[in-house]
Amino acid sequence: MNRKKLQKLTDSLTKNCKHFNKFEVKCLINLFYNLVGDVTERQGVVVGLDRNAFRNILHMTFGMTDDMIMDRVFRGFDKDNDGYITVSEWVYGLSVFLRGTLEEKMKYCFAVFDLNGDGFISKEEMFHMLKNSLLKQPSEEDPDEGIKDLVEITLRKMDHDHDGKLSFADYERAVREETLLLEAFGPCLPDPKVTALRAQGRDQHVMQELQPRTSWSGKWSDDSRSPTENSC
Amino acid sequence: MFPYYEFSNGCRAPPWRQIQGEICYVLVKPHDAETLCITCSKEGVFLNGGKTDDEEEINYERKGEIYKDLVTLLREKSAKFSENMSQQEGRFNEEQQKEKDQPNEAPEEEAAALRKASTASRRSALEKKQISLGRSQMTKRLEPSLNWKTTVDAEENKSSLRDTQEEKHGGRLEKSRPSASPGRAQLLRKSAEKIEEIISESSSESEEDEEPPDHLQEANADLPSEYWQIQKLVKYLKGGNQTATVIALCSMKDFNLAQETCQLAIRDVGGLEVLINLLETDEVKCKIGSLKILKEISHNPQIRRNIVDLGGLPVMVNILDSPHKSLKCLAAETIANVAKFRRAWRAVRRHGGITKLVALLDCRQPSAEPAQPGLHEARDGEVARCGALALWSCSKSCANKEAIRRAGGIPLLARLLKTSREDMLIPVVATLQECASEENYRAAIKAERIIENLVKNLSSENKQLQEHCAMAICQCAEDEETRDLVRLRGGLRPLASLLSNTDNKERLAAVTGAVWKCSISKENVTKFREYKAIEALVGLLTDQPEEVLVNAVGALGECCQEPEGRVTVRKRGGLQPLVDLLVGTNRALLVNVTKAVGACAVEPESMMIIDHLDGVRLLWSLLKNPHPDVKASAAWALCPCIQNAKDAGEMVRSFVGGLELVVNLLKSDNKEVLASVCAAITNIAKDQENLAVITDHGVVPLLSKLANTNNDKLRRHLAEAISRCCMWGRNRVAFGKHKAVAPLVRNLKSNDTSVHRATAQALYQLSEDADNCVTMHEKGAVKVLLTSSVVQSQLCQCGLGRNLSDVKVLLKGVFEHTKLPTCCITAGCK
Repeated sequence: MNRKKLQKLTDSLTKNCKHFNKFEVKCLINLFYNLVGDVTERQGVVVGLDRNAFRNILHMTFGMTDDMIMDRVFRGFDKDNDGYITVSEWVYGLSVFLRGTLEEKMKYCFAVFDLNGDGFISKEEMFHMLKNSLLKQPSEEDPDEGIKDLVEITLRKMDHDHDGKLSFADYERAVREETLLLEAFGPCLPDPKVTALRAQGRDQHVMQELQPRTSWSGKWSDDSRSPTENSC
Repeated sequence: MFPYYEFSNGCRAPPWRQIQGEICYVLVKPHDAETLCITCSKEGVFLNGGKTDDEEEINYERKGEIYKDLVTLLREKSAKFSENMSQQEGRFNEEQQKEKDQPNEAPEEEAAALRKASTASRRSALEKKQISLGRSQMTKRLEPSLNWKTTVDAEENKSSLRDTQEEKHGGRLEKSRPSASPGRAQLLRKSAEKIEEIISESSSESEEDEEPPDHLQEANADLPSEYWQIQKLVKYLKGGNQTATVIALCSMKDFNLAQETCQLAIRDVGGLEVLINLLETDEVKCKIGSLKILKEISHNPQIRRNIVDLGGLPVMVNILDSPHKSLKCLAAETIANVAKFRRAWRAVRRHGGITKLVALLDCRQPSAEPAQPGLHEARDGEVARCGALALWSCSKSCANKEAIRRAGGIPLLARLLKTSREDMLIPVVATLQECASEENYRAAIKAERIIENLVKNLSSENKQLQEHCAMAICQCAEDEETRDLVRLRGGLRPLASLLSNTDNKERLAAVTGAVWKCSISKENVTKFREYKAIEALVGLLTDQPEEVLVNAVGALGECCQEPEGRVTVRKRGGLQPLVDLLVGTNRALLVNVTKAVGACAVEPESMMIIDHLDGVRLLWSLLKNPHPDVKASAAWALCPCIQNAKDAGEMVRSFVGGLELVVNLLKSDNKEVLASVCAAITNIAKDQENLAVITDHGVVPLLSKLANTNNDKLRRHLAEAISRCCMWGRNRVAFGKHKAVAPLVRNLKSNDTSVHRATAQALYQLSEDADNCVTMHEKGAVKVLLTSSVVQSQLCQCGLGRNLSDVKVLLKGVFEHTKLPTCCITAGCK
């Protein structure tokens, strides 16, 4: 891509993106093309990151481990739903992902959690998302029982209109009361640990933030799997 | 004994078994039978299903009868044990008898024994095999039932205990009040402290201000539904991943965590361990959630202690280093709640917490945070505020005060003091106020120009802030320069005007305290008079709590040192309430009241009123007060009363037994009391008849005995009293006989000129008797006088001090000289 085109692209993306400055956008564009590889742009062929490449980034850079959530994050980025993340989707997506306001993040997270996109997070969806959240099952109980209970607890906490499912209004209200519930059904935003690292190295290079995450430590140390091992 | 964690209630059974009343499990291998797996429960002891294949688990089902205690069970199961036990029986009965004789000791021992159960039972399991069992240990363990009885007693008393605790924590006044049934409560507290010593490893700092930990929870009580819900949530905390944990934490936060049931439920199902454990992971969201809960439940004194026991403080101290501001804030706030007792203060200090907390105060750090603050982030100011909150809690310990100072906390606090945020100012000022009890803090406070800002905040709208500012000024105003600073910065006017606002008693106490300390400087009294503070103070003499009264009366005592102040107090009718306060019991108050009454009595007109109100008699009866400082203060106050009363001699005689009382006070061993009583005797002895009476009561030998002192204040007043008492009968001779002369001569070596003057006067009186003159000469009075102070040169010139008759002349000369600086010695010489 020639300089002029890059310049133009940077300018237009910067204009549409409130959380990154021009320099940052430029870096992100460069990074994007590095990740995509040296594909010459031709008419009719979409240049973009496919699902697996993107999941790899999510895993390596932001420490995400949950396949399903990563899939949902991909969908969140892939606005036109064509299976590829283009450069503008990339920059826009990252601006919410990294720097989004609470409102933006709530919308984004709700979309991630609303698996079927019907505007509600249903009990089934919750169950689906939480089914791996209990590591140690009490042997004598039905393993699903604990998850069902957890779903009930979540509903009691978040379902303000008591209709048995979470609307965006329910979710928004709950999150405003307690920000910790933003990622209630799974981590779909960068881990705060990584964010902290980024904050320290921010002035040097925007993409220094994208360093591989150190392994899980503490409680869930055995939880991390490479996403590439599992096909979607 | 199973390697179960020992819960803070002393039980080792897992929580879901505790509900059944089970306490712990013991494995016993008797000499002649299989290993027995025994459950100890509230009902008694019984065999359970034994160990399961899974090493760590046991089958909890009851497999046999319930026995009343372990010994009965073992006797039933093992013949050998039974046999050996019967041999021990005789001695055992004795022991029991002894225990019955001391019923109060028993529960303590048993509670202690129960807590020692882990080692004790393991050991005794071994020992029982050899039947060389530690008998004393056995006897204690024989009667678990008794322990339960005491627990029930404790339950009954708990409410009253808790009330007093709440008073302590709710109100700021840390004085414990006598409880309704002091004996019983004390007993309980005592036993609780005993236990305390056992759980917390022996500590150098005493723990007297801690609350007694509660014993086993009443297992039979109906558990509220919250208990089960919380238990379930804790299960998710234990076995959930980050997502489930966060949900469980958020859900737990919805319980009413201010309610004791919920607080204790979290603890009793093992939630505290998990919450603290979460703090050690590196999951920011879990830490935040956990701290949010800990912050709330740590308002409960028992939970605080449990958190410290579980090692929660070092973990929280580490979090203070976190790059996440909201985490720092929460950790600091939780520390602020937990660090309310010595062991916690020490833990914070030992793990470097003070330095880290002080670092939080520095909010000028180069800001490296993103332009858009993160979701979980807080403002810098908030961090500093939370840091100050934690320091406030920690600053109640002297060692921590020093640590704060060394960590450079004072300049940072001084800088924070410049903000106008009230929520920030309150902890900052409160920390300074706590620390100002230390001398080097007061110096630093002066140096950092903190007084200026304290004065400024006195005019704040916030009552709590005003209160802390006034308290801080009160502490700092011990220092004269600071008192002047307060005046120069215009702090006296707001203080005076706050006196008229009597709704908030805590603040009023702080303000009157500041007025009192400030009024020690004369210039400040002048200002206070200008601002009509004395009138306001007089108005505070009735219907106020003791804390206010002490300070207000103290302030009046200082103001009445000036004639204008005395007139104001008299005209405002302050004498009546002051005299009324003389019948109180509060020691600090009595000291201040006597001082104020004494100050007023200097004015003859006021004295008439005091006499009329029978104030002198009340003062006199305070000489019987058990506290030496009250006695001394009362005796000092009596001096101006006797001086200024009309017909003082008659008045003094009218107090039946009064003179004898005064003379007997000379047997006290408190220097201040002695000095004050000597001063009173000086005044009493002005009346010949009274002098005769006190002579009869043996004042001469008592005074003579005191002459060997090295306290200048006492020396001076003693000498004055002696010279007065010489005026009667053969007292001069008597003083000589009781060997008062020689020490008096020695007192001339003192550096205090007022001592010289008084002593010379006394020696002059004594020298009327020839024998005394001989003693003086022998003891080298002449020489001493020659070398002493100002007179030396003149005396040499006059060539005095060579023969006996010169001594009198010399003494007279010295006396005259010190009274009138112009040289009269030459006159005496001629």
